[in-house]
Amino acid sequence: MTDVIEGPAHVYGDNVDTDVIIPARYLTTIDPAELAAHCLEDLDPDFVKRCRFGDVIVAGRNFGSGSSREHAPIAIKASGIACIVAESFARIFYRNAINVGLPIVECEGITDGAESGQVFRVDLAAGVVENVARGRSHAATPLPSFMKEILDAGGLMPWVKRSLDAGGEVSVGVSADEPVQADWRLD
Amino acid sequence: MPGQTITEKILARASGNEVVRPGDLIMAKVDLAMGNDVTAPVAIARYRELGIENVWDPAKVALVPSHFSPAKDIASAKLGMTMREFAYEQGIEHYFELGRGGIEHILLPEQALALPGHVIIGADSHSCTYGALGAFSTGVGSTDLAAVLATGKIWLRVPESVRFVYEGVPNPWVIGKDLILSVIGLVGDEGCSYQAMEHTGPALGHLSMDSRFTLTNMAIEAGAKSGIVVPDQITLDYVKQRQELHRRFTDYYVYDSDPDAEYAATHTVDVSALEPQVSLPSLPSKSQPVSTAERVKVDQVFIGSCTNAKMEDLRIAAHILRGRKADPRVRLMVIPATQEIWKQANREGLLDVFAEAGATVSTPTCGPCLGGHMGVLGPDEVCVSTSNRNYVGRMGDKTAKVYLVNPAVAAATAVLGRLSHPDEIGVEAPRLNTVGELV
Ligand code: SF4
Repeated sequence: MTDVIEGPAHVYGDNVDTDVIIPARYLTTIDPAELAAHCLEDLDPDFVKRCRFGDVIVAGRNFGSGSSREHAPIAIKASGIACIVAESFARIFYRNAINVGLPIVECEGITDGAESGQVFRVDLAAGVVENVARGRSHAATPLPSFMKEILDAGGLMPWVKRSLDAGGEVSVGVSADEPVQADWRLD
Repeated sequence: MPGQTITEKILARASGNEVVRPGDLIMAKVDLAMGNDVTAPVAIARYRELGIENVWDPAKVALVPSHFSPAKDIASAKLGMTMREFAYEQGIEHYFELGRGGIEHILLPEQALALPGHVIIGADSHSCTYGALGAFSTGVGSTDLAAVLATGKIWLRVPESVRFVYEGVPNPWVIGKDLILSVIGLVGDEGCSYQAMEHTGPALGHLSMDSRFTLTNMAIEAGAKSGIVVPDQITLDYVKQRQELHRRFTDYYVYDSDPDAEYAATHTVDVSALEPQVSLPSLPSKSQPVSTAERVKVDQVFIGSCTNAKMEDLRIAAHILRGRKADPRVRLMVIPATQEIWKQANREGLLDVFAEAGATVSTPTCGPCLGGHMGVLGPDEVCVSTSNRNYVGRMGDKTAKVYLVNPAVAAATAVLGRLSHPDEIGVEAPRLNTVGELV
């Protein structure tokens, strides 16, 4: 996974739920390309046409609320979106995105003055998101290191496989030198 | 050291710790893992990537065709086949074929598979429903389910708990649905993000398990990770009856929250001040008393879903519909949540009441709740529904409008053809006992 992602944004408001990301009428397939062909069509019918590989989504609060359908982050990832930055995420979507290897960053204030087409620069390692057009940087909620590990492995399955192949226990590997952050609220 | 909440105690046991605190990252052992016909096929594909032959414990896995079942087209038939073949291959006995199952969130408690004190992980967002039994249960996606199928464990962050204390005696026509709609209106659509909603207080003593399942079912609509009710006699009687009926006697664990447990917030709700609620399109948090809502004309009334298609719900709806007809312009559809409920409603003559009122009565399925099949809404259509989500496009076309209500409001609306308070029908409200019967 690259640590720095830079691309033009598709900007949306609050409560973008998984029913509008990929409506139930398309849930009879599990093929990522077919899902991507209908991504966000009830919210933004032109998204599929406009979206280019490496673009980012910038959105308001509670992104990905509702249904647990993993088809939602799969559709977004297969559309070419490199990263989602939102004011906040619904927790199942958050887990699902990490699990399918789609970088996702919670960043308060990111929708201030955000407009579709502006270039955003996301530094995953540093935990900084920059609205390049406006020259404004925002601090992102840091990812716990084991979630970074999952992303780096390409998702939860490769991560679990690695632990299993090593004959080890699957564990979130919280160590003494990384105290648990009680204010970290992303599951 | 402060006490622990019921959620913390369950997660401590499941992770082999004496004590856990909000914010702790744990690996929890899973007592029951569930997938349905939409989520399991993706999970099975992910599981195959691991190259493992056998799931960790087939007796702790439940697979339930519910969303597009009976198969609505060839593609959904294939999803069902994937799940069915996996169940046979893996020796998963808790696979519920059509005609023997229903909607998972009502089915698993009914079958004594979801039990108090257990950790239940379901690949469906409404898996929070099982919390009504005093279990920790939460919804995940398919990849998380795949990892559970392989390892029997899941990573979790121990959630803060938010306490809702219900006081007073519920008014006529007020059931669990009205409590939770008003609470979601109070806290907002992400008001309990990442948190456990703990429902407590004396008013719960008036609520049947059927009503409590609705309380915890909609935790996700407040963004919560889980909803939970501390087990009491009503819970234990229900579990005993279910275990005896299905001859399943898995051990379970009854926990309570310590008096000095810590909560992120405590909200007190006076249920005697509540009347039947309606959530206006297109967010569950847009709830208000039915009496103050505009009397919109409706095209469809749906009494179904994992939220309100249990015996109590059907009895209340039939109480209003008995001897009455649905407005000629309204399509009324009733879909009992499970086969067992369908059979019981049949024995009680309720299905006949619905049919005489001009309703369709269908086999258990999620169907219209997610705009899947069997009653998808067209452009600009208005639907009053007993389900849990009224998002844009949820039940069909993106211009359709969905109003969320309890089954009494739904039935009254069907009769009058516009959003209605059950009092407008002129039938006395039924009194309910704590097993969901009208007395
Ligand atoms: S009835 Fe509706 S909310 Fe419940 S599981 Fe089915 S689709 Fe989901």
